[in-house]
Amino acid sequence: MSFFDFLADLTNPMLAFLPKALLMAVMASIICGVVGTYVVLRGMSFIGDAVAHSVFPGLAIAFVLQGSLVLGGAVAGVCTAILVAIFSQHRRLKEDSIIGVFFVAAFAAGIVIISRAPGYAGSLTDFLFGSITGIPTRDVYTVAITGALIITLLVVLHKELVAVSLDRDFARAMGLPVFWLDIVLYVLVTLAIVVSVQTIGNILVLALLITPAAAARLLTDRLVTMMILAPVIGALGAFAGLYLSWGFDLPVGGTIVLVLTAVFLLLWMFAPRHGLLQRSRQRVVAHA
Amino acid sequence: MRRADVTSPATAAGPDQADTPAGPDQARTGPGTAATASGAALTVTELTVDLGGRPVLTGLNLTVGHGQFLGLLGPNGAGKTTLLRAILGLLPHRGDIRVAGKPAAALRGRIGYVPQRHEFTWDFPISVEDVVLTGRSSRLGWLRRPQVADYQAVNTALAQVELDHVRKRPVAELSGGQRQRVLVARALAMDSQLLLLDEPFTGVDMPTAELLTALFGRLAADGRTVIMSTHDLPAAMATCTQIALLRGTIRCHGTPDEVRDPQAWMDTFSVSATSPLLTSIGLTT
Repeated sequence: MSFFDFLADLTNPMLAFLPKALLMAVMASIICGVVGTYVVLRGMSFIGDAVAHSVFPGLAIAFVLQGSLVLGGAVAGVCTAILVAIFSQHRRLKEDSIIGVFFVAAFAAGIVIISRAPGYAGSLTDFLFGSITGIPTRDVYTVAITGALIITLLVVLHKELVAVSLDRDFARAMGLPVFWLDIVLYVLVTLAIVVSVQTIGNILVLALLITPAAAARLLTDRLVTMMILAPVIGALGAFAGLYLSWGFDLPVGGTIVLVLTAVFLLLWMFAPRHGLLQRSRQRVVAHA
Repeated sequence: MRRADVTSPATAAGPDQADTPAGPDQARTGPGTAATASGAALTVTELTVDLGGRPVLTGLNLTVGHGQFLGLLGPNGAGKTTLLRAILGLLPHRGDIRVAGKPAAALRGRIGYVPQRHEFTWDFPISVEDVVLTGRSSRLGWLRRPQVADYQAVNTALAQVELDHVRKRPVAELSGGQRQRVLVARALAMDSQLLLLDEPFTGVDMPTAELLTALFGRLAADGRTVIMSTHDLPAAMATCTQIALLRGTIRCHGTPDEVRDPQAWMDTFSVSATSPLLTSIGLTT
């Protein structure tokens, strides 16, 4: 299928789910790109993975009760994030061990809950790998509003979150409530994941959070630029992924992730200042 | 140097110990410590800090006057960083800590602090100028954008550490010495009267060490109080106006000329009379 055929399909009233799918994928990419910048810079990838898994029981309960998946996932994810933050204050156990305990437990709870629901196998596949083409219109609004809220909060708390990310002790000495700022960031990561799960699925959502931000880091040494580049890379990746998925009958989530990974690998090789090629050149010049 | 009661009026500790003779583990203080509690920049009274169930500081008393440059000396694990962190309110503790007569807890965010360099995330994508601007956070408050006065404070701080020329550069690209100067500039931008420095000379080159030493001296001469933990004993003896030997508590406190009893240094650092440590500060030949 040519690119123009895809554009034609996007405007075809018979295929109304397609532009909606594109809108969801792009919105999720933008939200995850901005939030993912902090996740990458603070080395929170494991927490992101944990939250992605821990929203699962909430989604499962919402599915069983026919309630809002976004709300169910958000509640479960936020509860797990807060539990991790609280249990991590105990010095004897490191944070990654606490995360390991809770996210697997949450995921296991989700599997048990959804196994009690009718249509178990099909719904599990939707949760794990996304079902972008079957999204109700009200969820599009939910994602848009939640995304606006997330980005607004990140803008408002920008200087405080930067101070904590740079130097936690100094931030404490400045009187900043580091614990509560951590909680806010965990909650925002959770919300970003919840609104993206439907696009790309529970397993692959981490890629939307990490890969565009990691790719953007290869292009810039400025935080704000990184926060702009990451969602742009994510949105372009989502667009290209959806096109390839539609054109070649591939799974949407997996295709988007592979496109983003390809972008990351290209930048890792050829990024102007921090790419492998440029660094090799600099080493050669330094030795000459 | 003279032996003195831990709780002599000059050091302003609790009245219940005013007549306690100085034991081997108690501070010896000289006239250089003669800052009264009411007029002192910092007064620490009976400070006790336990970490992980282990006592790190026990019954520590310390009074530092305005405009003093105090070198806090002691071996690894003596509690230097712990004392600084307790003053900042970063650690739970017993005892009383007052800054300019007010409880230190009430002055959160108003005490300048330079942590050890490894505590900073140096690969964060941020410019030198923006790092120094984070030192204004507590003055700015929530939801407020930096104003002209904040940028002026940043400019002044960068000029003081001679980093104007790299203000737009990412911190990741700086040398070790420049990075240390960024942390000092961030603390200076806070515009506080009390400055706590945790081993500011570790791993920095000689020009940076000289620049910072001169700067700290000027700050003290201008009336600010500077407290610096360091392992560079000769430099501290040469540049600080006050020296405090610390090991769990203050063992000895006075001007560099007063703190010259070899036994106090031997007790604090657990070294013998023939140790090069004593030679390095001119106490033995």
